[in-house]
Amino acid sequence: MLKIDNLHATAGDKEILKGISLTVNAGEVHAIMGPNGSGKSTLAQIIAGHPGYVVTAGSVTYEGKDLLAMPAEERAQAGVFLAFQYPVEIPGVTNAYFFRSAYNEVRKANGKEELDPIEFLDLMEKKLKLVEMDEAMLHRSVNAGFSGGEKKRNEILQMAVLEPKLAILDETDSGLDIDALRVVAGGVNALRRPDNATIVVTHYQRLLNYIVPDFVHVLAHGRIVKSGGKELALELEARGYDWVMEAA
Amino acid sequence: MSSSIESLVNKEYQYGFVTDVESDTIAPGLTEDTVRLISSKKDEPEWLLEWRLKAFRRWQAMTEPHWSNLKYAPIDYQAQRYYSAPKSITPLQSLDQVDPELLRAYDKLGISLSEQKHLAGVAVDAIFDSVSVGTTMKAELSKHGVVFCSFTEAVHNHPELIKKYLGSVVPYSDNFFAALNSAVFSDGSFCYVPKGVRCPIELSTYFRINAANTGQFERTLIVADEGAYVSYLEGCTAPKRDTHQLHAAVVELVALDNATVKYSTVQNWYAGDKDGVGGIYNFVTKRGKAHTNSKISWTQVETGSAITWKYPSVILQGDNSTGEFYSVAVVNNMQQADTGTKMIHIGKNTKSTIISKGISAGHGQNSYRGQVKMLPKAHGSRNYTQCDSMLIGNKCGAHTFPYIEVANNSSITEHEASTSKIGEDQIFYCKQRGLSAEHAISLIVSGFCREVFKELPMEFALEAQQLLGITLEGSVG
Repeated sequence: MLKIDNLHATAGDKEILKGISLTVNAGEVHAIMGPNGSGKSTLAQIIAGHPGYVVTAGSVTYEGKDLLAMPAEERAQAGVFLAFQYPVEIPGVTNAYFFRSAYNEVRKANGKEELDPIEFLDLMEKKLKLVEMDEAMLHRSVNAGFSGGEKKRNEILQMAVLEPKLAILDETDSGLDIDALRVVAGGVNALRRPDNATIVVTHYQRLLNYIVPDFVHVLAHGRIVKSGGKELALELEARGYDWVMEAA
Repeated sequence: MSSSIESLVNKEYQYGFVTDVESDTIAPGLTEDTVRLISSKKDEPEWLLEWRLKAFRRWQAMTEPHWSNLKYAPIDYQAQRYYSAPKSITPLQSLDQVDPELLRAYDKLGISLSEQKHLAGVAVDAIFDSVSVGTTMKAELSKHGVVFCSFTEAVHNHPELIKKYLGSVVPYSDNFFAALNSAVFSDGSFCYVPKGVRCPIELSTYFRINAANTGQFERTLIVADEGAYVSYLEGCTAPKRDTHQLHAAVVELVALDNATVKYSTVQNWYAGDKDGVGGIYNFVTKRGKAHTNSKISWTQVETGSAITWKYPSVILQGDNSTGEFYSVAVVNNMQQADTGTKMIHIGKNTKSTIISKGISAGHGQNSYRGQVKMLPKAHGSRNYTQCDSMLIGNKCGAHTFPYIEVANNSSITEHEASTSKIGEDQIFYCKQRGLSAEHAISLIVSGFCREVFKELPMEFALEAQQLLGITLEGSVG
């Protein structure tokens, strides 16, 4: 589904990614771990199409297409979803209106009919249950005045609505208490299907107790320095990152 | 900002066309004879000519005000033409006598004047340059005793009302532009809603400037008698021309005891090109007088004009009266706006609300200027002001000039202000959800303006939202 090959990228003068290669197939969950400043979030943002980075070498192929050549909105329409580490506030625009606009843009791009507000509300009722959120949430402005936990849940709610093929969760666990973590992970697990894939970017192993990865990759200094199965995450939790980085 | 936004095309001003009609246009220049000529063209009674002449003499003794935060080359008042009217229009004609070319012009603007096709629930008075083309749905309105017609017609058919209320809210001596308007105003709309009548449909006036080098000086007077209700909307467009054109209007609202007047404006005069060539100079005096228990509400969406100088105000004369001002002002490219309101609290327990949303893009400069004045006897009065600015790009400016004077100790005023910038992050967030940059900006901006848009009549709220999208296209770069 996703093939990253020797990806190099800079922000300003600084090279952040220094040759990343990674293949993600349908049905798989990959965890990307690593210390602060290792380039985890940058990788997530580049896959999603953030304009703040320049790719200097390498390629990213998504479903056989050159992902880097596609504008961010086309990537989203093609099923790439990023759950933001810091979800953005849009005052005055209700969640309901925003979600429906997004949902219909994606539908339209895929040659499907748009839903009217009533049909959409029916759909939302089911999705809200998934993340244990109240309908009142729909009438609040997008992320405005939300607590940290509410913002993260709101991201998963959007993921549930858009049903992406490739979901990237960027530090979705940071700032969540244990109950919220359970709810968020439950939502992600419920959305897992053989034809979609998830990349979980995280600093801690904690989330991976709930979302069990097939592969774990350690990112350090802009490179993947070690890959393994889910047991690698536990080892990292026990021993920290230093030993991997020294070995690399 | 990002290249994806830069690459958005700057959409053309879609109302910039010129209608080819033969016009009766007077020579440029302004003297007492000009005033007499305009008055005689309209076959006015002597008292009105006298009033105009007094205004003209007063104007001659005044100087153009320069306290605003606007920069423009001096205006040569002698180079302007003060009257232009399509020859095919005869005074007081009915709509089925209107030149088809003019009807086509309004069709192109999305305003149908033919009785069969007009927008349901809205009566329209169409002003073309200096004269009214016609007014729709008059028969329907007259069933309720509502008078809605051109100002010229009102002078002939309802002189007692005009005599009583003309200049009663904005005297001709009020300010430089009001004096100029009082001397040379050519047409406008008049509305009177009798006691206890709730006007059943929206009233609206559509102002169109067509002729080159000609100013438009219209006058609107709306009177809601005791317990009456009226909602009124004005729209404005003009062709693209490479010289500046002057528009100096006066609007007077009178809400007698227990009456409500709601006045909404969607102003989309030609704004000039990217380099600031051409565009309308818009100097407008709008004011309402609110009597006991009455309410006057102004809502404005200002997207056009090269220069906007405009402060729709309310004199809260009667006890328990309410004044509201909801405003969205957008400047892009080289546009400048200095707009806001005055709330003058005279009566006891009077209330006013001011919500101002300024959006600046390109090299645009947007100023909010607002006065809240509580006089000594306005006991127990309240004002709430919220003034938000949004910046798009980094070459534009937002300025706020609040003036608050409270002369008693039982009144409360609140002033809140904020400035924000449309961020790359907000746009990226929307794009990551599948929205285009264009869609994202219009979504973010309409969210910012929501408190004001919800005050507009429904059809116009939608139009205003679309207009905002068009005005801001290509603004981020």
